[in-house]
Amino acid sequence: MSIATSPNTQRTPLAERLDLIISPLFALTLSLIGVAVWFYSDLDKTTLSILDPEKLQSQLVETISLGLASSALVILIAVPIGILVTRKGFPRLKSFLVNTLGLGQSLPVYGLIVIFFSWLGAGAFTVLVALATYSLLPVLRNTIVGLEQVDRSVIDAARGMGLTARQILTKIELPLSVVVILAGIRTAVVINVGFAALAFLVGGGGLGVTINSGLVNNRDSAILIGAVMIAVLALAFDFLSALAQKYMKPKGL
Amino acid sequence: MSDVLIRLENIVKSYGPDLDPAVDNLDLEVQRGEVLVLVGPSGCGKSTTLRLINRLIEPTSGRIVIDGEDVTDVNPSELRRKIGYVIQQVGLFPHRTIAENIATVPNLLGWKKKDIATRVDELLELVSMDPDTYRDRYPKELSGGQAQRVGVARALAADPDVLLMDEPFGAIDPITRDRLQNEFLRLQSEVKKTIVFVTHDIDEAIKMGNRIAILREGSEIAQLDTPEAILAHPADEFVESFLGSGAILKGLTLKKVSDTELHQVPILTAPVMREEALKELQESPDQVGLLLDSNGRPLRWIDERALNRTSQPIEKSGRPVTVDLQPEDTLQDALTVMLQSSAGMACVTDRRGKYLGCTTIESLAKLIMSDGQG
Repeated sequence: MSIATSPNTQRTPLAERLDLIISPLFALTLSLIGVAVWFYSDLDKTTLSILDPEKLQSQLVETISLGLASSALVILIAVPIGILVTRKGFPRLKSFLVNTLGLGQSLPVYGLIVIFFSWLGAGAFTVLVALATYSLLPVLRNTIVGLEQVDRSVIDAARGMGLTARQILTKIELPLSVVVILAGIRTAVVINVGFAALAFLVGGGGLGVTINSGLVNNRDSAILIGAVMIAVLALAFDFLSALAQKYMKPKGL
Repeated sequence: MSDVLIRLENIVKSYGPDLDPAVDNLDLEVQRGEVLVLVGPSGCGKSTTLRLINRLIEPTSGRIVIDGEDVTDVNPSELRRKIGYVIQQVGLFPHRTIAENIATVPNLLGWKKKDIATRVDELLELVSMDPDTYRDRYPKELSGGQAQRVGVARALAADPDVLLMDEPFGAIDPITRDRLQNEFLRLQSEVKKTIVFVTHDIDEAIKMGNRIAILREGSEIAQLDTPEAILAHPADEFVESFLGSGAILKGLTLKKVSDTELHQVPILTAPVMREEALKELQESPDQVGLLLDSNGRPLRWIDERALNRTSQPIEKSGRPVTVDLQPEDTLQDALTVMLQSSAGMACVTDRRGKYLGCTTIESLAKLIMSDGQG
């Protein structure tokens, strides 16, 4: 029997291992702070009515659905565009897109929400569109970069063996760029879940409502608990995305 | 009529009306079962020519005929599945195992799973890699030489008649390259494919090719002939300068040790008495004898002087035989070993290391002389 002496026994790099530890750790710490606030601060009637579990639950659901819906929208738009512009014949469109979308990201989300509000009116849909616009760039850019970093010689070999353009895309290019594309999606998801808190500005609901009520009624513990919930939520989605990255990464890379 | 498998007719590849064409009106015929090497300075269009055959590059005009069929306008993907393709960077799919990589074309062709598995093992054996060890590994776990073996196995997977190789050993260190070249020649003697092989290295061309096409700019054929004929009669100054100096020395790579007459030196088989050995050596015209072990493997070169130094046992006198040759090694290898050997000759052994005879400078010179006359 031969002993498999694989040169690939080096451990996963530190950054990659920390990736799955840091956000849960951070989230745990924040949650403890939230719990401490709940137990040790003076919760008066106003505070309790702001922090009504039923309200919180529906706000949580609103925030999550807004974050996820805008992320889904971004993926459905950005990944196909990224694939399209990396095909032969679109080099100009590609650089144009990357540059103009870069401008979009230098606008604050707040501004985007206001702009879309003046166009689409109040409601969660406005926020959805604003978030999708804002988080389009990381996904699009990573899709383009991911597809372009695939070794040209691998594609040349695939063509030379008679894979069709579609087979090269689905069997070679996408699997080999999935890690980079997912990194972009992860950024987008965290942006979207986190900034979904701003939805209350245009009547889109969400956990931002709790913070806002805390501010209006001058109740610091309500503000803190609302903030902790948003932060923990964003961290949770960061962790889930990290998991997806880890498990969708093809073996052998 | 000779058996032409690939024919390029009036092929032109031009990248624009203002540019000189990369391939200018090329006619080329490749015989069935031969290794045709395209060699030339960089930028001469040799790779372009190769990639025109499987239409990775589409010709501007002209016809490509393979096995009597005009393939200039057939579906290029289907065409490529029938033609093996090996490139310098190998281009293994990093996310697929070795077995999956090799199975690429059979999978595209819809072979049965069981047939594919059998074929993969067969091919790994063919390129001297243990199937059980390597089947489930990933490309990043392979050395450069191993990766290119897999590259060759992958190209041979669906048993294509034609194999296109674009500087396949160009990125591999010289020692491994030499071994892969030898293995490739052995493999080709088994599989007898029609191979078009691109290289910029004239020595590799001479070693690998049945015929060589020396190309100059625009993929124009400066000379197309057997290596021997090109070395003996270069067509023009361009070919001469491309061959460089030492054409005779280059010719040595074309001949094998088995082409020379082996010389027999006095043989001493261990254990041996000193007196016996001395007698043996004195009776022979040779200055030096060879001590073999009980299995007939050469151990040491021994001369009279060494035997007279009685302070040492015979097994430790004389000089060790460091390298030995096998009949299929080239005369260039033989020359190197001879020049390094203290005895001025080199031992030839069979695969199991058993002594067969010696090659000498004289036998080598004799072979070169007879070649020049013939």
